[in-house]
Amino acid sequence: MSVLLLADVDNGVLSPATARIVSAAAQLGPVDLFVPGPPAAAEAAASLAGVRKVMVNANSLLADSLVATLSGLAEGYTYLVSSASSQGKDVMPRLAASLDIQPVTDIIAIEGENRFTRPIYAGNALETVSDPQARHVLTFRASAFRPAAAAGPAPIEALENTIQSVVAFIAGHRTESDIPDLSTAQIVVGGGVSVGSAEGFQLIEKLGKTLGAAIGATRAAVDAGYAPNDWQVGQTGKIIAPDLYIAVGISGALQHLAGIQGAKKIIAINSDPEAPIVKIADVVLIGDLFEIVPKLTAELEKLDLDRA
Amino acid sequence: MKILVAVKRVVDHNVRIRVRPDGKGVETTGVRMSMNPFCKHAVEAAVQLAEKGQASEIVVASIGPKASTDVILTALAMGAHRGILVETDASLETLAIAKLLAKVIEEEQPELVLLGKQAVDDDSNHVGQMLAALTERPQATFASEITLEGDRLSVTREVDYGRETIALSLPAIVTADLRLNTPRNAALPMVMKARSKPLAVRPASELAVDLAPRLIVEKISPPSERVAGSTIGSVDALAALIAADVKAMEAL
Ligand SMILES: Cc1cc2nc3c(=O)[nH]c(=O)nc-3n(C[C@H](O)[C@H](O)[C@H](O)COP(=O)(O)OP(=O)(O)OC[C@H]3O[C@@H](n4cnc5c(N)ncnc54)[C@H](O)[C@@H]3O)c2cc1C
Repeated sequence: MSVLLLADVDNGVLSPATARIVSAAAQLGPVDLFVPGPPAAAEAAASLAGVRKVMVNANSLLADSLVATLSGLAEGYTYLVSSASSQGKDVMPRLAASLDIQPVTDIIAIEGENRFTRPIYAGNALETVSDPQARHVLTFRASAFRPAAAAGPAPIEALENTIQSVVAFIAGHRTESDIPDLSTAQIVVGGGVSVGSAEGFQLIEKLGKTLGAAIGATRAAVDAGYAPNDWQVGQTGKIIAPDLYIAVGISGALQHLAGIQGAKKIIAINSDPEAPIVKIADVVLIGDLFEIVPKLTAELEKLDLDRA
Repeated sequence: MKILVAVKRVVDHNVRIRVRPDGKGVETTGVRMSMNPFCKHAVEAAVQLAEKGQASEIVVASIGPKASTDVILTALAMGAHRGILVETDASLETLAIAKLLAKVIEEEQPELVLLGKQAVDDDSNHVGQMLAALTERPQATFASEITLEGDRLSVTREVDYGRETIALSLPAIVTADLRLNTPRNAALPMVMKARSKPLAVRPASELAVDLAPRLIVEKISPPSERVAGSTIGSVDALAALIAADVKAMEAL
């Protein structure tokens, strides 16, 4: 009952989500990882508990070549799994169809050997399915699982690059920052369209910095060009489960709430006491964000939380 | 160039859905249904390519019950030329949907297939990728920008780390993200005209695809509800509360 796991590599570094997917996958059997990235990412992967072996190939990056590579390796594995990241969403359904398997994706809980729960309707319902197929293609939502611990290094095997993509990679536009990873951060500060501008978002970032927080945004803020798309939190953006989410000038549309259902505590700062977010937040401060956020940041700086 | 756009009829995205007490699904009787928002962006992208003279025919296909004619008509009113309803009352899994669409593609031979990146009911985000596998075509998912030069497509994709641009040759499969465009609302004369555009209805059984579900849905349940907490009176009090939370996190 072994597992083949496609790891996520971001900018040459093993994504922090991978440790969480390893811990989910390890519940199903011994885990072999395929790392599409440099040797350093493979070494990081090899030191996670539950990993039996790491296979590394720095070259195959696009969906078609990744699928071809994984199907070449798939024989002998009962489970083919990955994170429900943009790479996992791109690759795993294609892999599943090429093997004539119906996948189960975005899993938030493993209920039994082949029973899984996943959210549907933007998280307004949870679906529990059992999968009687002989082999399984699965993706897991990273925020729903705890990271695997460190363990002695597993062996690393370099694979030759034989498969060429028919798609050409032209350019990547990375959002450069030293802000913590949004999907796995302990604290997230989110801003809505009412922040008003990209400059306005610097208020949000400054508050985030005093807390060592990641920064999130609503779709409306992304569409307005105030925040990069990879900050989007929600049904169609990133799903997060921080210990603390501070929602600044965010109405709480159901598509946004879908992304923060796993947050342990939600604090809302909003000028409208009738905003939907007020009905679900643990703590609410009613008022103008342009007055509140600078004051709050200054107060927190004084308290010197030592997280920046 | 011929474009095929796949569209799905779903519970309207503004409706607050409720799980049925029997745990077998969500309440859909008397609930407003409409075209999946992402599919609308796919239709709009096709219409814009036609307006630029880069597409000659837009065929729109939907798989579902008779009532899905609605969403096909919406697409025809937006500017698609012809519709195909693959009719079935069964609730199909994404692999079966992709297989039916692959059959339609085999018959229609479109150079470009556009789909929404995900449906807001099952939130699967599978069909475009599966279709690419079944038809052995290159794929570009989560597209926020598409440009066509000759038979080469340049697509900017919204990915976890930001955006990336890839180039693929036709025939290809592309799935639409929200920033791709702003879908138009069809004016009344277009809505009237849509009714006279050709719309073929075919039973799914005619396409010789195994539609039997692979998974067993055991139950549908509501998520645990969040309840309103308390309001706090001042910034100082909020700062103190956040500081206490942060300290508690560090103690763990
Ligand atoms: C198919 C689909 C998918 C979507 N996916 C997502 C998704 O993944 N994520 C997402 O976020 N959205 C998503 N959306 C969009 C979503 O429906 C909402 O439009 C969006 O979340 C609203 O963003 P907002 O809260 O920034 O803006 P608004 O709803 O406009 O809210 C602004 C809020 O700011 C408050 N405010 C205004 N001025 C101030 C001030 N000075 N101080 C304090 N508060 C102030 C207002 O009271 C209001 O509550 C999706 C929509 C569709 C149709």
